[in-house]
Amino acid sequence: MKQRGLFNRFTFFCLAVISTILLAGCDAQYFVLDPKGPVAETQYRLIILSVILCTIVIIPVLAILIYIVWRYRDKPDNKAPYMPDWDDSKVLEIVWWGIPIVIIGILGYFTVRDTYALAKPPVSDAKPITIQVTSLDWKWLFQYPDQNIATVNYVEIPTGVPINFQLTSDAPMNSFWIPQLGGQEYTMPGMAMQLWLQADQPGEYYGTGANFSGRDFAHMRFQVVAKPQSEFNEWVDQVKQTAPSMSKADYDKLAEPGQSEEMTFSSFPADLFDEVVNKNGGQYMEHHQMGDDSKDTESDSDGMDHEMMDHEHMNHDMSGQKAE
Amino acid sequence: MLESIKEFASTFFVTGDPLIYGADVSIALTSLAILFVLTYYKKWGWLWREWLTTVDHKKIGIMYLIASLLMLFRGGVDALLMRAQLALPGVEFLHAEHYNEIFTTHGTIMIFFMAMPMMFALFNIVVPLQIGARDVAYPFLNAVSFWLFMMGAMLFNISFVIGGSPNAGWLSYPPLSEMSHNPGPGQNFYIWGIQISGIGSLATGINFLVTILKMRAPGMKLMKMPLFSWSVLSSSIMIIFAFPILTVTLALLFIDRYFGAHFFTMTQGGNPMMYVNLIWMWGHPEVYILVIPAFGVFSEIVATFSKKRIFGYKSMVFSMMIISVMSFFTWVHHFFTMGAGADVNAFFAVSTMAIGIPTGVKIFNWLFTMFRGRIQMKTPMLWTIAFVPCFVIGGATGVMLAVAPADYQYHNSYFLIAHFHQVIIGGVVFGYLAGIYYWWPKMFGFSLNEKLGKWAFWFWNIGFYVCFMPQYALGFMGMTRRVYTYGWDLGWAPLNIISSIGALLMGIGFIFQVWQISYSIKHGERDKTGDPWNARTLEWSIPSPAPLYNFAIVPEVKGQDAWWIMKEEMKNGEEPKKAELEPIHMPKNSGIPFIMSVFWFIAGFGFTFTWTWMGVVGLIGVGLCLFARSFQYDTDYYIPVDEVKRTEASLGRVV
Amino acid sequence: MEHAVTHHAHDHHDHHEEHEQLKVLGFWIFLVTDCILFATLFATYVVLRTHTDGGPIGKEIFEVPGFVAETFILLTSSFTSGLATLAMHKGNVKGLIGWLIVTAALGLGFIGLEISEFANMVQEGATISRSAFLSAFFTLVGTHGLHVSVGLLWMIGLMVQLGRYGITTVTKRKITTISLYWHFLDVVWIFLFTVVYLMGVM
Repeated sequence: MKQRGLFNRFTFFCLAVISTILLAGCDAQYFVLDPKGPVAETQYRLIILSVILCTIVIIPVLAILIYIVWRYRDKPDNKAPYMPDWDDSKVLEIVWWGIPIVIIGILGYFTVRDTYALAKPPVSDAKPITIQVTSLDWKWLFQYPDQNIATVNYVEIPTGVPINFQLTSDAPMNSFWIPQLGGQEYTMPGMAMQLWLQADQPGEYYGTGANFSGRDFAHMRFQVVAKPQSEFNEWVDQVKQTAPSMSKADYDKLAEPGQSEEMTFSSFPADLFDEVVNKNGGQYMEHHQMGDDSKDTESDSDGMDHEMMDHEHMNHDMSGQKAE
Repeated sequence: MLESIKEFASTFFVTGDPLIYGADVSIALTSLAILFVLTYYKKWGWLWREWLTTVDHKKIGIMYLIASLLMLFRGGVDALLMRAQLALPGVEFLHAEHYNEIFTTHGTIMIFFMAMPMMFALFNIVVPLQIGARDVAYPFLNAVSFWLFMMGAMLFNISFVIGGSPNAGWLSYPPLSEMSHNPGPGQNFYIWGIQISGIGSLATGINFLVTILKMRAPGMKLMKMPLFSWSVLSSSIMIIFAFPILTVTLALLFIDRYFGAHFFTMTQGGNPMMYVNLIWMWGHPEVYILVIPAFGVFSEIVATFSKKRIFGYKSMVFSMMIISVMSFFTWVHHFFTMGAGADVNAFFAVSTMAIGIPTGVKIFNWLFTMFRGRIQMKTPMLWTIAFVPCFVIGGATGVMLAVAPADYQYHNSYFLIAHFHQVIIGGVVFGYLAGIYYWWPKMFGFSLNEKLGKWAFWFWNIGFYVCFMPQYALGFMGMTRRVYTYGWDLGWAPLNIISSIGALLMGIGFIFQVWQISYSIKHGERDKTGDPWNARTLEWSIPSPAPLYNFAIVPEVKGQDAWWIMKEEMKNGEEPKKAELEPIHMPKNSGIPFIMSVFWFIAGFGFTFTWTWMGVVGLIGVGLCLFARSFQYDTDYYIPVDEVKRTEASLGRVV
Repeated sequence: MEHAVTHHAHDHHDHHEEHEQLKVLGFWIFLVTDCILFATLFATYVVLRTHTDGGPIGKEIFEVPGFVAETFILLTSSFTSGLATLAMHKGNVKGLIGWLIVTAALGLGFIGLEISEFANMVQEGATISRSAFLSAFFTLVGTHGLHVSVGLLWMIGLMVQLGRYGITTVTKRKITTISLYWHFLDVVWIFLFTVVYLMGVM
């Protein structure tokens, strides 16, 4: 009796859980499955492909498991064959070495293809713009070297334009993630990493720090506002006219541990981004050694020149770092 | 004077949190109760002679088991606290710093102080019996390993009430774990707790490699060895190659913290990314170190409870060995998003997917071991069958994570959390629990109650899916790991509360297991035959629990499933060959492993608080213990034939 | 200290012989782990070699006569430890202890030179906390020095045991393991000499 009662309660509980999940479907936003740009789109397609390939394996395995467990259960009246010494079959072994090899082969091909594809900027007629991102304790600083403006904890971007995010950190490592535009990349002290993203539709997107960085890590969210180029330009002009400028002292204050409101600046100290990268170990990375030993500050576009810091080059730096 | 003592105490002891005060009181009361019981029943001598100084692999295994179950409790409570905090948005149950400490200790304890010792428990209890040996290759070293683990675990755990817990995540990436961002003793506790127990793990790896290579019963060729022993061999090889890297990595971090060096600092040329590489060069093999023995356990159980030979033995051996090699070439997949470039990411993506191939093959072999068998639904088999779907799904999400560009979307999200819990709980924990149920009668001489075991099983299993399936979805919703709170705005609340309920169900499952054990101690069926499951390998040929010397006569092995073959021969009326009893050579007990580990503890504690004098005293003590051991020449003895005869007779065996 | 191994070894002597061999095998595997330990430290050094933070570089702080002398002394000590093993196989206790004393003395000389080298560097401001390069240097070379020091203490202990028990199966095995250890440290030093010192001054 007691068991029956427990069982009923358990059924009730299961129903409750299922109904909650169904209800939850209403206001839930599955960002990763709702891409708004080409990079996220590519990643989304890979996700779907891998889900399909995995399902091809999972379903038969589960079916076989259920069948075998039921058919060969140890009951006296079970008529199923019993062959206690049968332990080898070349054909079967070849089949199940073969199936995963084929599946991994297919998935591996698409993985490698897209890995290389995403190392390049998204295909677009528009000229890319650069935004330099610095993760701080516990806030995000965005610098627009071409526009010479800066924002904190929100970033505005033009739609249809590839954005060259350059990522670094002036605090413990974090990770820069805007799921609807594309996957994340680490922001690391002493490194200037590159992440290409692009928004195809105007809108407000969820952005967050993804790698644990200490006390207020949970509050490191930022708003991404994508708007058409013309509106973006208007916004830039408005910032230039209305926002205060940022001095080195302002930056130092900003870099102190703590949370921050959204902020906007009409200018920032020249070469701030490079200084931060260099200060935290960037001088040991190859591109800086080549580029800036001779002309550290005089280079007019050291921070903005993304052609020079192209991805292949960056890769080289990083893999050099890791060769062990 | 009084003031300075007060001030010292307020920084030395963790204060200000009612949860911790509660824990303080319960720890103090439990310790007092233990001291009282030991004194009242005059058990101190017994404790010292039978347990603290033992070099018997079976007793060491049991001590590992008890320790790991305690740590499972501690890690589980940490998990429940986290799930309570995350059940709803904006809960103010734990503040940020406390939450950070709890997820750090949860991860660290579950891997280093729960999974590792539970694995070593199975190594110790099973391997010598299964290969027909009388002990491991180095019994003294085995005791050293255990006590080092134990002292490391204690050192780590006291951070809870003294000095403060580490809070930089279970792998403690710098610079967050450096002095610049983490000045307290918490991080030192982490380093020394793991370092001390890690040395023990390394020694265990060496010990079991040599045991398996050199101490098998006559006739047991490597390719006739039971698969669990094969899995231990594979795991030991990985330990030998991976653990020195961990030792160095933690030492470098400590040198940074203690001597102000600059390996991983942000300033003066330090390189934090190097730490991430180093720790995962250990960390990825570690995952396989843990899961391969679980595969071994399943292989034994599935054959026994299907009453059939294991299918594709050679494939099984080959796939385990290939996994142990490949596991050293996949570490970068833990940080594709470091952006090491397309070449590096492509290589590691493909190598990671490739390691799924031998793993998949093993699943098919287990399925076809059951095929045309006779499946008995005993608790060990239940866990094994439940493991298959769980691990297949976990493996599939693992392959999804291996797709490097897609990983940019999963990384550090709850999708990742769900994945690794699915393979670690569904693979490692299910495997070890299955193994514990399976070998329990051999360890203790009685079986565990099946009915309570089934209750525990269902709570664990249903709880598992309720807890972790929603977390995959949360990952897609952009929820990142290690956030202590979140808002109502993103619709994360319903799935989180479901997940918390699932965690609670697993907690109830654990309570059922505790109940099951305490019930069975009194009422469990005694195992008179030594072979309660009608099993196939040598450990079941001797009485339960095994006598001190394991085998009165070392068996002659004629093939794979040695004991099964012997049983078949006996059924056919063949008389087993009688061999003469001989005096049995055994190692003497020693107090040195325990004392030396206490000195390690003192050293670790001293360096944790940067009390150099104390650290040095500890290290000198360690050195003296080693010296004392080197000067011991009288370390073994012989059990006379008469005594062996008497023991065997009392166990109902004629020799 | 270990118990009977398989086989039907009848006399007790065989048991010992087998156990001692088992321990030598275990020690080889320990050396494998030690090898990985040093490999990791070498890797760290190679990565951080250029990270000098404007501080001293290898060329400025490595003194050629010093490290050449260290190399010479350590290589010689490896040779004399070989001579000790030869004496052991001949059953010559006195020769064995004598050569061990020579080996230990050379080891001590090596450590002395290394300490004075380190002291000089520290005086010139090249401390472990000056730069990542120096951190890696002191840790790598210091770990080797620590290994040699432990070996010295161990060797002294063994000499006392040899005096007490003479050459037996057990002491033989102990001498075999320590000479393995000593040769291993010699090999590590050759790598140190090349990667750290030669490449540093070049």
